[in-house]
Amino acid sequence: MSTSTRTHDLRVQRSATTTARGPARRWPRFVVVLVLALVWVFPLYWMVVTALSSRADLVAGRVSLLPHGVDLGGFRRALTDFPVLQWLQNSFAIAVVAVVITIVVDVTAGYVLAKHRFPGRSVVFFLILATLMIPIQTLLIPQFDLVNDLGWINSYWAVIVPRSAEAFGVFLARQYFLSLPDELLEAAQLDGAGQFRTLWSIVLPLSRPLIAVLLVMTFMYRWNEFAWPLVALRDPDLYTLPVGLSFLQGQYTTDYPALMAGALVSILPVLVLFGVAQRQFVAGISRSGLK
Amino acid sequence: MSQSVAPLAVRPAGGRRAAAVRRWGVSYALLTPALVLFGLFVLWPLVQAVRISLTNSTGIGTADFVGLQNYTRMVGDPSFWRAAGNTGLLALVSVPTSIAAGFGIALLLRDRLPARGIFRALFLAPYVISGVVVAMAGRWIFDENVGIVDRTLSGWGLPAPDWQSGGTAAAVSVFVMLFWARTGLVVVLYLSALQGIDGDLLEAAELDGASRWQRIRFVSWPLLRPTTFFVTVLMVIEVFQVFDVVRVMTGGGPAGATDILVTYAYTQGFQARRQGYGSAIGVVVFLVILLATLLWWRIQARSEEES
Repeated sequence: MSTSTRTHDLRVQRSATTTARGPARRWPRFVVVLVLALVWVFPLYWMVVTALSSRADLVAGRVSLLPHGVDLGGFRRALTDFPVLQWLQNSFAIAVVAVVITIVVDVTAGYVLAKHRFPGRSVVFFLILATLMIPIQTLLIPQFDLVNDLGWINSYWAVIVPRSAEAFGVFLARQYFLSLPDELLEAAQLDGAGQFRTLWSIVLPLSRPLIAVLLVMTFMYRWNEFAWPLVALRDPDLYTLPVGLSFLQGQYTTDYPALMAGALVSILPVLVLFGVAQRQFVAGISRSGLK
Repeated sequence: MSQSVAPLAVRPAGGRRAAAVRRWGVSYALLTPALVLFGLFVLWPLVQAVRISLTNSTGIGTADFVGLQNYTRMVGDPSFWRAAGNTGLLALVSVPTSIAAGFGIALLLRDRLPARGIFRALFLAPYVISGVVVAMAGRWIFDENVGIVDRTLSGWGLPAPDWQSGGTAAAVSVFVMLFWARTGLVVVLYLSALQGIDGDLLEAAELDGASRWQRIRFVSWPLLRPTTFFVTVLMVIEVFQVFDVVRVMTGGGPAGATDILVTYAYTQGFQARRQGYGSAIGVVVFLVILLATLLWWRIQARSEEES
């Protein structure tokens, strides 16, 4: 009791001093952060300036910090000379289907591993968690052979299915469901709900924050993925954006405005999603850091 | 401890045992998608990777069992050792710098600050961008002829490094882009951990006359040890798996100067068609990550016992 009153007094005292000198001390720090942030976003800004420059300006070295007017030629060339729109469509189809599959797997597996007791539970959980340590490059060759045997090479499924086993998502879902009170689930069962019904009408509606986090993170991973689609897709018309861009990068190094325009088109969806769901995304990352 | 959500109502005929088995059946039914995906597409390929690493497979025709030949070949392969050295050097340089910078920025962002949320988003933004785009931006910024870095440097009368033809300069440019892409994650992790620290502790230290530096050094930093452990392991694992940025920015060149283990494994497995050798390198990378993680677990368990 006495200690808590004491800290309370201290806090009052401290907040009184903070208000007196607070703003004055805050400004230098604000300036430091602002300068750092400007340096930090510079590469992104520079990509925008480049994408809006003409090829002639670039060759002549006339691209400067402020763009010389706006030239949309880079965007036009990216969208017409290269199959960027086709790749955008492939990336969307693959990411959306993969997100749905991954969320279903993460939620069911996470729920069962958190709330059911059955023989082999810890073994299953350990094996799933252990897959986090396997680098994708270790698996590229055998995964390629397997997908080849399944006849999936050169299809969306080749990219979607093997990478839907996302251990981090299962782990996140399990941690989330551990905090769900057992009483609630028992009450549902007493009311006569079966296991599937409990999952569908009790657990799922309570999982919105979890699903939001899984959606953002899975979309981001699938959208940005490079190594596996690079191996699994042979037909340029089926490439995802990162794979397609990587080939353009190799071939058209002189047309930086078009390359940067293509790059911006490819990061826009993920930046928008990240901007909208930033809180959930950060919460998901932070949660993983706590445990 | 979580309890089972077994129905409490009395079961009809069949007995308790049968009811339990039925319940386990439901659990496994719900787990089936996960079991199939992880088993078939991750664990089984891992076993296969080990098997392929013991053969001379080229991906075409039949492959012969060659024992540990791929592994002994590694020992005498200077390209492998250079890739391994580059990977180790990258970890040694990039993990501490990202942690130091990320912690510093998190400290700056911790207290009330105008537009803190926007700053946090800005620092994290490069992390959500694909590695391919990071590499493309890197290629453009560090272009030897028209890149902004060299143009600025020569504008100031300074020598312009040969980012694309010089080994060391190329390695530095890759490091800078990786630092840019990953440090935001460290900022966010430290920021959330810092916000979890009891403010009373810091106030008490301040009243006892501790300077700002002393409060960071003797109060915040020790309390953040679990976060630092976690961030370190995360960053080490990520460094070992960096593929897209290196592959697209330099392709491992010039002359292998920026090759790391995973890009070398890819080149060997898919371009030189030495699948056995490529797999063996992949297995070695996995073992290194496994070892690092186990080591981390032990150290952390010990430090928890002490405190």
